[in-house]
Amino acid sequence: MNLTEFTAHELHDLLVKKEASALELAKAFYARIDRVEEDVKAFNVLTRESALEQATRVDERIARGNSIGLLEGIPMALKDNMCTKGVPTTCSSKILKSFVPPYDGTVVEKLAQGGSIMLGKLNMDEFAMGSSTENSAFAKTCNPWDLGRVPGGSSGGAVAAVAADEAVYTLGSDTGGSIRQPAAFCGVVGLKPTYGTVSRFGLIAFASSLDQIGPVTKDVTDCALVMNAIAGHDPKDSTSAPLEKPDYSKFLLNDIKGMRIGIPKEYFGQGIDQAVDKVIREAISKLQELGAVVEECSLPHTEYAMPAYYLIAPAECSSNLARYDGVSYGYRASESSDVVTMASKTRAEGFGPEVKRRIMLGTYALSSGYYDAYYLKALKVRTLIKQDFDLAFAKYDVLLSPTSPTPAFKFGEKAANPLSMYLSDICTVPVNLAGIPGISLPCGFVDGLPVGLHLMGKAFDEGTLLRVAYTYEQNTEHHKQKPNLGVK
Amino acid sequence: MLEDFQVVVGVETHTELCTKTKIFCGCTTEFGGEQNTHVCPVCLGLPGVLPVLNRQVVEYAIKTGLALNSEIAEFSKFDRKNYYYPDLPKNFQTSQYDLPICKGGYLDIELEGVKKRIGITRAHMEEDAGKLVHSGATISTSEESFVDYNRTGVPLLEIVSEPDMRSVDETIAYLEKLVQILEYIEVSDCRMEQGSVRFDINVSLMPKGSSEFGTRTETKNLNSFSSVRRCMEYEIERQAEVLSEGGKVIQETRTWDEGRGITLSLRSKEEAHDYRYFPEPDLVPMIIDREWVERVRGTLPELPDARRERLLELGLSAYDAGVITSSKALAEFFDSALAKFSDVKTLANWVMGDFLGLLKAKGLPIESSPVKPDGLSELLTLVENGTISGKIAKTVIGEMFETGQGAGEIVKAKGLVQISDEGAIAGIVDRIVNANPQSVADFKAGKERVIGFLVGQVMKETKGKANPGLVNKLLKEKLEA
Repeated sequence: MNLTEFTAHELHDLLVKKEASALELAKAFYARIDRVEEDVKAFNVLTRESALEQATRVDERIARGNSIGLLEGIPMALKDNMCTKGVPTTCSSKILKSFVPPYDGTVVEKLAQGGSIMLGKLNMDEFAMGSSTENSAFAKTCNPWDLGRVPGGSSGGAVAAVAADEAVYTLGSDTGGSIRQPAAFCGVVGLKPTYGTVSRFGLIAFASSLDQIGPVTKDVTDCALVMNAIAGHDPKDSTSAPLEKPDYSKFLLNDIKGMRIGIPKEYFGQGIDQAVDKVIREAISKLQELGAVVEECSLPHTEYAMPAYYLIAPAECSSNLARYDGVSYGYRASESSDVVTMASKTRAEGFGPEVKRRIMLGTYALSSGYYDAYYLKALKVRTLIKQDFDLAFAKYDVLLSPTSPTPAFKFGEKAANPLSMYLSDICTVPVNLAGIPGISLPCGFVDGLPVGLHLMGKAFDEGTLLRVAYTYEQNTEHHKQKPNLGVK
Repeated sequence: MLEDFQVVVGVETHTELCTKTKIFCGCTTEFGGEQNTHVCPVCLGLPGVLPVLNRQVVEYAIKTGLALNSEIAEFSKFDRKNYYYPDLPKNFQTSQYDLPICKGGYLDIELEGVKKRIGITRAHMEEDAGKLVHSGATISTSEESFVDYNRTGVPLLEIVSEPDMRSVDETIAYLEKLVQILEYIEVSDCRMEQGSVRFDINVSLMPKGSSEFGTRTETKNLNSFSSVRRCMEYEIERQAEVLSEGGKVIQETRTWDEGRGITLSLRSKEEAHDYRYFPEPDLVPMIIDREWVERVRGTLPELPDARRERLLELGLSAYDAGVITSSKALAEFFDSALAKFSDVKTLANWVMGDFLGLLKAKGLPIESSPVKPDGLSELLTLVENGTISGKIAKTVIGEMFETGQGAGEIVKAKGLVQISDEGAIAGIVDRIVNANPQSVADFKAGKERVIGFLVGQVMKETKGKANPGLVNKLLKEKLEA
């Protein structure tokens, strides 16, 4: 029995039946990590001691005859932009290398209360800016399906860890596709919930109006379970929706008969890899076969989503990242004669090139004289994009597209050309601008590399996304494929 | 030189609102405290934190707006004002830009009996910054600087006036009136020495008779009326000198050097910050429902102008009404005393005379006065009904301040009840007349003023307790008999 290959719901059954202990689980995952991490490089830090201790406590509870929660004793890991009290939280940036938060973020607190076992913190593109995790200041995480390729980004560590069986599930964050695009590249399930569904308190901000935390899991069932654990209104986050949290597992129904699926033609334009297109068309056929009514539709403002995103996200980031000045925490450049030089040198030495590029883009877009032409216009485009979706959702229950136009690319392939890198998120970015939910799930392979199916839903209607995804998953085998790792 | 120019002044007033907790977190707003003890991850601006708006701040802003006759926005939002300074942990200040909570408004000032209306442009909510502590004199000359974040996130209301003031006196009158209103409505404790009210003064000069404003300078962070006065006098003279010599005033931000009594250039227009305002994405916009505004309106106390008007109608002089309404505490003291003693003029004389005098001598605020409004009314009632004389009352009020005892209690214990028994006084009058034959002779010779001496002798004999009117009457009768 290889414990690390199981899903959370399967492991929960093993724990309940006492066929495995939480400590065995934690140890099995660390053994797996020890075996494959050298190749994958998903983690920034491991929290072995506290994880084993927590697992022992779960076992004590089980031994006392207590019933346990669905994620209790389940080993998981967090993207390194979620604040964990006493555990370094670096955003994979030199500037926060020494930062140890004095508080837990809301999701961290919720998962700890539910008894999940945190194995460690996961690598990412610096400050979640990137689509390949190559922008990490520490390491390049590799795609478990092909170690010469990127895992996608920015939640590269979070998806690689799940794909490589180094964690049962992880949490990533998605500002323009940072959960879904890597989930597609690594063949796992990744959900970007509706903006306001999961608290951002404790998530180190990249672009506040777009950021959202979401689960990375091995199947759709686990995705629903993790959502049950992390979603819900948080009084500490003013942008969190004051709505009652649904039981997401209720939507795990193997039935999409009569469900209306729209295929926005703009998502199948130039730049889509023909092989990817073919895999997606097969998935569409499968959904039709399962009873869905599929129709082509149009989201006419899609082509403006990228430029709008690359004004709004950098504008917010230029302000959010202003605090890293070396004054009271994090990296401080040495030998500055005055406070202005200290801040400049600290930022010059502490940030990587992509972060600097976006800070400059955003600073420019917000500058006096340019605000109306750039930032304000981008906000207007954002409204139009949202309207496109509103109109489409009047007719369709979900919209479908590829998650990314191509499968995982090679290291360095796009690093030199930021624009081509940005286009990797062309299908996912509009979802963040509109604030709606999106999920990526495995739907096939191109040359041995996973392809992701992207489903988009109405705001706060994660339920329908989960239902379509679950039905597809129950009737296909793609999610059961495993990369060939650690058999040295 | 100065007489050639017309001064034009506008003021931005930053007032700390007296909420218990900070604007975006639960930390105390208490002044002082050991450095960096009134802080949490949120006000420290640590990575990952989010602000949550303190409802009381909005309520105080609404209250201020209503007191200043402003329009309270139905839709308002916060914006980020981006600039780098080490006392600002996020390197942006969460403030309000194009949709402030209060729009328009005015307050009235009066100078030498002439009323003038000063326009209010807007008032908006924002967070205060921390405090830098330097090892040397300034940040640039210090080996080390430290940041105290206790003040970071204390709620501020910035109240912007129209450029309606035309002199130093008008400006001071505006500021005094504004502070008076803020105190009256209890949104700020206005402790200037603790920096809870700070003024940025915009001054420009234009040739007399011109209607086109000159170039202005803004002098920041003045925290007392006297600094404002000195700073303005200096700045007006400086600008007048520049202009008279054919020069141009440079639009710039200046700072006031209290020690040297001069203003200094801080940064010019070219070096001015581009604050890159944009809507605060971590807070949702506010929709301020009208019921709330009306509820707040219901909590507004009688404002200084209305109060003053009422006292004028009761018959007080403009000066007296002005003094009594100058602070809310004094006005309330007066009103409470007036409820039990209706001779408004006598009350005003006593409050402004003996009462305030003794309070000042003790260095006490009105709130902690040992003599309460009821106590003063009781004392004055004793005078009014003839139980004690006015002179004795002056002694009694002193005693009341010392011991905290009531007037009746003191009068009784010390046997100070006025002697109004004609028989008793007549006996003493007889004795005094008999003992002073020379005075009697003088009186008969036409020197009527010796009666004063004789009254004094009677009062001395009775330790001041004899009813002076009665003494006078009886003495005259006796002498003229």
